[in-house]
Amino acid sequence: MTEIGRARLRSEDARLVTGRTRWTDNLTPAGTLHVAYLRSPHAHARIDRVDVEAAKGRPNVVAVLSGADLAAEQGALPCAWQVTEDMRLPAHPPMAVDEVRYAGEPVACVVARDRYSAVDALEDIDVDYTPLPVVVDMERAVQDGADLVHGDMGTNESYTWVFEQGDMDAAMRDAPVLLERRFVQQRLIPTAMEPRAVLCEPDGEDFTLHSATQIPHILRLMLSVVTEIPEHRIRVVAPDVGGGFGSKLQVYGEEVLALLLARRLGRPVKWTESRSEGNMAVHHGRDQIQRVALAADRDGRVRGLKVELLADMGAYLMLVTPGVPLLGAFMFPGIYKMDAYSFSCTGVFTNKTPTDAYRGAGRPEATFAIERLMDDLAAELGVDPIEVRRRNWITHEEFPYDSIAGLTYDTGNYEAATDKALALFGYDELRAEQDERRERRDPVQLGIGVSTYTEMCGLAPSRVLGSLAYGAGGWEHASVRVLPSGKVEVVTGSSAHGQGHETAWAQIASDRLGVPFEDVKVLHGDTAVAPKGMDTYGSRSLAVGGVALFRACDKVVEKARTIAAHLLEASEDDLEFGGGRFSVKGVEEAGLTIQEVTQAAFAAHNLPDGVEPSLDSDVTHDPENFSFPHGTHLCAVEVDTETGFTKIREYVAVDDVGTVVNPMIVEGQVHGGLAQGIAQALYEEAVYDADGNLTTTTMADYLLPSAADLPTFTTDRTETPAAGNPLGVKGVGEAGTIASTPAVVNAIVDALRPFGVRDVPMPCTPERVWTALREGGAR
Amino acid sequence: MPRIRVEVDGETYEDDVEPRLLLVHYLRERLGKVGTPVGCDTTNCGACTVLLDGLSAKSCSVLAVQADGRSVTTVEGLSLDGAGDHPLQRAFHREHALQCGYCTPGMIIASLDLLRDNPDPSEAEVREGLEGNLCRCTGYQNIVRAVRGAAAEMRTREVAP
Repeated sequence: MTEIGRARLRSEDARLVTGRTRWTDNLTPAGTLHVAYLRSPHAHARIDRVDVEAAKGRPNVVAVLSGADLAAEQGALPCAWQVTEDMRLPAHPPMAVDEVRYAGEPVACVVARDRYSAVDALEDIDVDYTPLPVVVDMERAVQDGADLVHGDMGTNESYTWVFEQGDMDAAMRDAPVLLERRFVQQRLIPTAMEPRAVLCEPDGEDFTLHSATQIPHILRLMLSVVTEIPEHRIRVVAPDVGGGFGSKLQVYGEEVLALLLARRLGRPVKWTESRSEGNMAVHHGRDQIQRVALAADRDGRVRGLKVELLADMGAYLMLVTPGVPLLGAFMFPGIYKMDAYSFSCTGVFTNKTPTDAYRGAGRPEATFAIERLMDDLAAELGVDPIEVRRRNWITHEEFPYDSIAGLTYDTGNYEAATDKALALFGYDELRAEQDERRERRDPVQLGIGVSTYTEMCGLAPSRVLGSLAYGAGGWEHASVRVLPSGKVEVVTGSSAHGQGHETAWAQIASDRLGVPFEDVKVLHGDTAVAPKGMDTYGSRSLAVGGVALFRACDKVVEKARTIAAHLLEASEDDLEFGGGRFSVKGVEEAGLTIQEVTQAAFAAHNLPDGVEPSLDSDVTHDPENFSFPHGTHLCAVEVDTETGFTKIREYVAVDDVGTVVNPMIVEGQVHGGLAQGIAQALYEEAVYDADGNLTTTTMADYLLPSAADLPTFTTDRTETPAAGNPLGVKGVGEAGTIASTPAVVNAIVDALRPFGVRDVPMPCTPERVWTALREGGAR
Repeated sequence: MPRIRVEVDGETYEDDVEPRLLLVHYLRERLGKVGTPVGCDTTNCGACTVLLDGLSAKSCSVLAVQADGRSVTTVEGLSLDGAGDHPLQRAFHREHALQCGYCTPGMIIASLDLLRDNPDPSEAEVREGLEGNLCRCTGYQNIVRAVRGAAAEMRTREVAP
């Protein structure tokens, strides 16, 4: 059985189900000191004085430092994405020095012999603040005379980025149908189950930093840039990491400070956050106000789409904060053909926790808007929402297709995915039931929501990132080492935190090299072990890193072929490779296994001229294009019009993620993605009060769905291989999240249209549904 | 400081502890039982769930002194040979009921307690029963399947939870 496409159980599980884990917080080398942070209780205030003397006198306390104490060495946290030349990028000290700009910003820290003593001593730090005007509302923040987050900047606008294609005036002029909407993407807290943790161990001039991060390589470089400690003196290890979802795609102040404190104190320094400080201090996601206008002909053909965004940056720009909405800029047109498209986004500072990437990063926002609009267009025209999509989508004969937003969609088959989803869902039957319930004025109404999405992932072609002024490339590295005994080590620059690389990468190597799965060991997440990498985000691991591995395996086979041909005294062209064995065509008994070739390559007694000993390879793969997964999601909800309570009755997801290496892992990614997308639709919201206090600091207030809140999903796939890589794979990590939010909200609105409801703001809580019903003129 | 005597995963420990020390910190930082992680500080996530005298308890909301004279079972104690051979551990692996694995110890221990109460739970009963344990990766579907699969095996094999 070929390994690619096989539902292999995961190699990672053995340690995870038995508690033999390697979370960062598990590590406590001898002499470790523990850090606790004092965080601002104000959303915006001047720091007049920080008195740390009393805290220093507490038992077990080793050091107490304010931002001012570290001002000379702490530098500024990096932003790697200067999206426009005139983008305003305020300095972002790891610990605030003169001014705090969001509640939860670190102001001082205690280093102590144990974590209880460190937290105790925070009580004795005395800070005088002068409160300053607080900016919480983006739309008010961009008005003239608004209070300012950064007083010296003179504005709360960081940048405005625009994109235009086609003749928008012509598209809008006399359009028979014009839909104008204002959608709000609420602020979300990514909430990986493992809170952040960082441990830094000094060793002379060298430092080893363990961190719960998605990006050990980027972090290493950035730590060096920020602290001016030379890069080769820093080793970053991402051991077992308990989920990320974008929140650990960051260079956090606490990581920089761990390094600085370890250097200053000469001892291992560890910090592990509590969930309630994490909710304030881990970057948040989404938070956009979208003004969209869609023009269409009477037959439903879309003419043009105009998008104007306000995107909440929070108080500072972090690693990719300003770029997140741009990742959506290219996806608002979705799978549809149109004549004109315009996009503009203004990044706005507010006195809130900085935002940055959260699962989907820009694409869920875009997909939400276009898919909500398509359902509204169908309702406006009195046409079935599937039919409206059929009239506008790119047909499978039209690929490769240059989208209005300037992307080239390589492959896809929206018809096939939709047909499959409709059949699994029982679309016609559910529509019939909906009619029935409407007719009999059932207090529980049925709604059906459609989402036919695509997304761009597999970040990313370095050229494209360069053209968008991103600070780095989007390649990935892999190396393959066939050890003298024939066992294989695979090194990947992609850093897993739940995705199952140790299994899937071994499958790829096993498949390509013809060695047993068990003979492959996958190494990752340590800059000393995997020296090159661009890490894990943007559904890039398989589509970029997996392809790097695929090519690295082929490179090993090519070298082995040269050696085998030499040993067999045959021409390379006459050798066939299959099942881990080279054989001479037509002479089945004349052959060598890859293990035998490896031994010869190791001994190096008899190698062809110019061939170096040992069997290994390195490949750095830079994709030529993004990958474009797509699919059709259908959601049926029951909405109780008396209580506003929504229950998901059916959820069908048919996704096309190209060739699948491990269908079990792919299905798991879809399940988890759906849960997070549904959570945005129904449950989650980071809430700030008028004074800029986050009121959802705990899991009691920020509503992560439990098993009882979610339905059983029906998932299936169509398989249209990507044309852009030899494996035919597309990313899958974010697709479920991207597709599901609009499917659920469309379903709720569909249930309530007879009551005059046209929209329900997210999260669609019972109260909001009930309010929408009343405002819609509920009968 | 009070002295406590606790049996953890079959071994007996005697320690002087601060009265305010949380059980989970006692397990992790004093005993090196780091298999039980901490996911929140408000008892919502359940990652730190252990069995206390056979009943599930969130060890972030129990003081170490409250465990005095009692027995604690963590995920590390489920399989005596450390090979992950408890039916629940095997089922979580088989059904791909974990991704990052951070919630898994608590999820498995909470499932044990659930199956003790109800050896043959329906899907809805598993979902309700695990309401106090949050997972951010899996969407729960495979967890539900794993728990029901393990339940079936435990019923036929009469594995004592």
